[in-house]
Amino acid sequence: MRDFDYIRPASIPDAIAAAAEPGSAYLAGGTNLLDLMKGGVTSPQRIVDISRLPELNRIERLEDGGLRIGALVRNADLAHDAAFAKAYPMVAEALLSGASAQLRNAATVGGNLLQRTRCSYFYDTASACNKRVSGAGCAALGGENRLHAVLGWSDACIATHPSDFCVPLVALDAVVEIEGKQGRRHVTLAEFHLLPGETPQRENALEPGDLIVAVRLPAEAASFAANARYLKVRERTSYAFALVSAAAALVVDGGKIRAARLALGGVAAKPWRARAAEAMLLGADANEATFASAADAALADASPSGDNAFKIELARRIVVRALTSAQAGTPERLPALPASPFSNIPGARHDA
Amino acid sequence: MTKTTIPVHLDINGHHHELQLEPRVTLLDALRERLGLTGTKKGCDHGQCGACTVHIDGERVLACLTLAAQAEGRAITTIEGLAREGELHPVQAAFLEQDAFQCGYCTSGQIMSAVACIREGHAGSDEEIREYMAGNLCRCGAYPHIVAAVRQAAQEFAA
Amino acid sequence: MTLELGLNQQPAHLRQGSSIGQPLTRRDGFLKVTGAARYAADNHPPGMLYAVLAVSSIARGRVASLDIEAAKAHKGVVEVMTPRNRPALAMDPDAKDHPFMFRLDLLQNDEVRYPNQSIAVVIAETLEAATEGAVLLSPRYEELPARVGLDDAESFVPRGVGVGNPAVQHKGDVEAGLKSARTRIEATYETPAQYHNAMEPHAIVAAWDGDRLSIDTPSQGLAMAQGRIAGLFGIAPQNIHIRSPFLGGGFGSKGMISGPQVLGVLAARLVGRPVKLVLRREQMYGPVGHRAPTRQTLRMGMDGQGRLTAIDHHAKTASSTFDDFFEPAADASHTLYASPAIATSHEAVRLDTGTPLFMRAPGEATGSIALESAIDEAAHACGMDPLEFRLRNYAEVEPMTGKPFSSKALRECYSQAAKAFGWASRPLQPRLMRDADGFLTGWGVGTATFPALMFQAEARAVLRADGSGLMETGAQDMGQGAWTAFAQIAADGLGLDIDQVDFRAGSSDLPNAGIAGGSGHTATAGMAIHNAGAAVVAKLADLATENKASPLFGAGNEGVVARGGRLYRRDDENRSESYAEILTRAGLTEVEGRGKGAPDPASQETYAKHAHGAVFAEVKVDPDFGQIRVTRMVGAFAAGRVINPRLVRSQYYGGMIWGVSFALHEEAVTDRRSGRIQNANLAEYHVPVNADVPSVEALLVHEDDPHINALGIKGVGEIGVTGTAGAVANAVWHATGVRPRRFPIRIEDLLA
Repeated sequence: MRDFDYIRPASIPDAIAAAAEPGSAYLAGGTNLLDLMKGGVTSPQRIVDISRLPELNRIERLEDGGLRIGALVRNADLAHDAAFAKAYPMVAEALLSGASAQLRNAATVGGNLLQRTRCSYFYDTASACNKRVSGAGCAALGGENRLHAVLGWSDACIATHPSDFCVPLVALDAVVEIEGKQGRRHVTLAEFHLLPGETPQRENALEPGDLIVAVRLPAEAASFAANARYLKVRERTSYAFALVSAAAALVVDGGKIRAARLALGGVAAKPWRARAAEAMLLGADANEATFASAADAALADASPSGDNAFKIELARRIVVRALTSAQAGTPERLPALPASPFSNIPGARHDA
Repeated sequence: MTKTTIPVHLDINGHHHELQLEPRVTLLDALRERLGLTGTKKGCDHGQCGACTVHIDGERVLACLTLAAQAEGRAITTIEGLAREGELHPVQAAFLEQDAFQCGYCTSGQIMSAVACIREGHAGSDEEIREYMAGNLCRCGAYPHIVAAVRQAAQEFAA
Repeated sequence: MTLELGLNQQPAHLRQGSSIGQPLTRRDGFLKVTGAARYAADNHPPGMLYAVLAVSSIARGRVASLDIEAAKAHKGVVEVMTPRNRPALAMDPDAKDHPFMFRLDLLQNDEVRYPNQSIAVVIAETLEAATEGAVLLSPRYEELPARVGLDDAESFVPRGVGVGNPAVQHKGDVEAGLKSARTRIEATYETPAQYHNAMEPHAIVAAWDGDRLSIDTPSQGLAMAQGRIAGLFGIAPQNIHIRSPFLGGGFGSKGMISGPQVLGVLAARLVGRPVKLVLRREQMYGPVGHRAPTRQTLRMGMDGQGRLTAIDHHAKTASSTFDDFFEPAADASHTLYASPAIATSHEAVRLDTGTPLFMRAPGEATGSIALESAIDEAAHACGMDPLEFRLRNYAEVEPMTGKPFSSKALRECYSQAAKAFGWASRPLQPRLMRDADGFLTGWGVGTATFPALMFQAEARAVLRADGSGLMETGAQDMGQGAWTAFAQIAADGLGLDIDQVDFRAGSSDLPNAGIAGGSGHTATAGMAIHNAGAAVVAKLADLATENKASPLFGAGNEGVVARGGRLYRRDDENRSESYAEILTRAGLTEVEGRGKGAPDPASQETYAKHAHGAVFAEVKVDPDFGQIRVTRMVGAFAAGRVINPRLVRSQYYGGMIWGVSFALHEEAVTDRRSGRIQNANLAEYHVPVNADVPSVEALLVHEDDPHINALGIKGVGEIGVTGTAGAVANAVWHATGVRPRRFPIRIEDLLA
């Protein structure tokens, strides 16, 4: 790892000033950044350790019924916050399906949004990668790419975003609160992550020095608590990134879908909100035929970027299952194997 | 470009250590290479195996993905700090009794993880133990006995 | 007089069972659960420097340049070792004096022959500086096209496979057998390259003192490592002291000393200070061996009763471009199923990879998953239950050689495991079982087998006048429990309570215990210990029975039995004497005996020697997603005498979990263009996690083997992998109706 200057700012303005210098990076949990630095994938000259900044580790209920989650709230703390898990069960389930207990104890809300892709060519510094070196090319195209994107990819980049947490968040219209040199601004999570296009090195809406200070969930997000589910297909039962995942949330009244939210993970460079599918669900009968149509709509624009055509069919099926699970009702107890297809065995309440 | 070292104060197993470190030194390398606390193991150095699990302020984290500077002033517990006055911690005793290890290299991390797993309340069923211990790889395949050891220790704590 | 002991003869005056057979907890357990067990990388001699490898990112070509100045300019970097300044060796690292001398990459030139090959070593005051120094070398290459897949190079028939078995063997007329068959199957299976990935990366701490060398490094074969290093450096083996008290797993990857370990010794030589070199996880994918990929085609013919008329097993595999190790996959068909005609053959290609080596059940694991899958296909083609089919083709003698088995309790394994599993209620057809939650459920069986090998080992035993005993042998504990099992054998061999025995192992200055590998360490070093115990007890017996003052006078050497620190007259147990009394009267502080362990040539000629087992597995498969979970496994194994059932069960579990991993998880994914392994880490090179492992049961089936060795020991370290991988694959078929033909089984293969 290249050596760096280590700065521990006392306030948010100090942090932003320090990180505005070129070659700076914020350090919070460090679970992704330090890994990347060890691999030489990124080599900041200055680390701005924000992990002790006051005020960023609070979960606050807002007057309008929404929720504001400080950027330094750790994944484990959020998932195990009883009120949070009750109101947003699929977010808690997604959090607990990611990484391991140790990593969730370090990883933060803000850091999770900024996770880099697991594309092996991004990590392999001897390979061409447009994310690492703009214009270098994409070795994943034509390479080992069975895990790569099937939606929103370009010839410049076929990587996927690895986050579980962001998938239900984007479905629930989460908003990212950002503080920068020009003050504070809000960007929807749907707009926060960018598709690669011709500029895959640009992954999100942050400008140099910008600091994520919080993630907000609007009041409506809690209305799905009774019918929400996150499901994740993996190649190991646990401690593995998603092959494909889906977050589905419904409000069903008299057999009719009154509100629907659907997002996919592991399929694109960003958590993939399936708005066309949501539109199809709205007002329709909550049944398998509807869910199948919604799945078709969600994947209508999908195309393989390599040896990964199976992921399109897999994504269709997981959409149907997630919607079916959501309709059946949020499990009363969080499963022992969160988000797993094998989660039928009930475990201890996570919020007990 | 020469960077300077920084003073780092570490509180490990109840002992205070004043170190002068380059900021890039991880907690794991500080423990193993500076302080002679080699019970914490390096299996992958990338947060993928769990062998370096330690407790910071009572919670399990990976020492390989923590800068020593990040741990400054926090209470760090390693495997060396688990036994009290020569008495094995109940989780250590259960690992020994259930043969919950073979080569022993992942064992420090497994035990630190197991202590936290029980404390968190995630040892309520075998299935839950398997999930909440999934961050600790064991290449020898001691998993069934690890589950048995965690179950046994959890029951002892509950009793 | 001193009793003449044959190598495997049962000495009359030893009584096994006091310690042997007891489920003792590990003697090294306290050290391991407290973090006090000292592994190689835990050592830190005064003045030690850190060495870090720079490795090649190309698969083939040469290093054109290294920015040595940039590395040296980094604060803390002391030296950079390259082919230009690497200390001279007494021997060419590419010399191959015998088939088991593997060629090493020791910076002999600028050629690159596989990714992750060492191209330089950076030595620094801190680990951080050495690590960054290696990055700063910024190597540039002249690159040649990489040969990556089994079809990327011209194939040939190797001169030998595995440990020198003929590449092509047959008995009977396979084509005639196939022609006469009522039913035939033919299927091709692919297995990937796999990497050992012991949790402990290869590590070495080396310190020179003149031409004497002190080393801490994990080794499955201390004497071999000592000899190899001695040859390379041109010094006497006894000048090299290697300590390897604990290995953080080996699985074959620490059997031979590897190039990076020797580079640590060279680095210490270059800088004249102790040096520690530890491989980074990603650097373990190349220079320390792997399991080669295979493509295996099996053809089988069956008569109207479901009896095999022919087995033809062909395997294509790969070695490196510069050395020879050929995975003997097809040889798995030599020992398990009776058939009048059997043919096995191998072909190979040379690829730009590190040299493949022994990896837990080499040949047996790869061959077993293909053979057990094919047997399942054959049973299905005959409309038979796969267990019934296996019993129909049960081999009463070793099929390939016609030799009788020294012992074979496989029928008992089948029946005990099948009963415990509940196999009888299995429907014959696939895709018929669903659980209450709708998961496709399948049951599969596989037969496990592994040869019962013995190598060469020596041990030294001492009985002391204070009543205690000492047993010394340079045995290696990589997790199998050598510290405990050998102490148990030593206690019985010395006729002492185990707490009275000081057992020393894990160091090259002790008698050569041979290699911890081939599932033969317990039998081999165990016999050496046993015989050393017998020898020293015999000396003690001489002292007593020849002395008129002893109550044992005149009993004759074989007329006494040793137990609990005393010798008893066999015909009158009221007459006995303690070891302390015998030695004190003789005016001796101690007596010494030595023993050897080795296979008995006569019984090797006469008998086929194998351990056996049967594994039953249940899988659940999500009907829509194809995600698989093994939910239940029962194995029953017969491997001769069990020294310590607690440890043996752990070994079986470990092997069975490797079988799950083989069927469902492990695979090195290589970029077809660059030849670089894309998942050289533990996040994407999947080994099972705790949540992947269900309830596992291992039944220990009683088996007496009077021919194998005096202790009746076979081996338990590798057999669990075999059988299990096939059982899981067959269970997946039974659940889904999809026959897995490539491994690991991928989700896309099941998305019907």
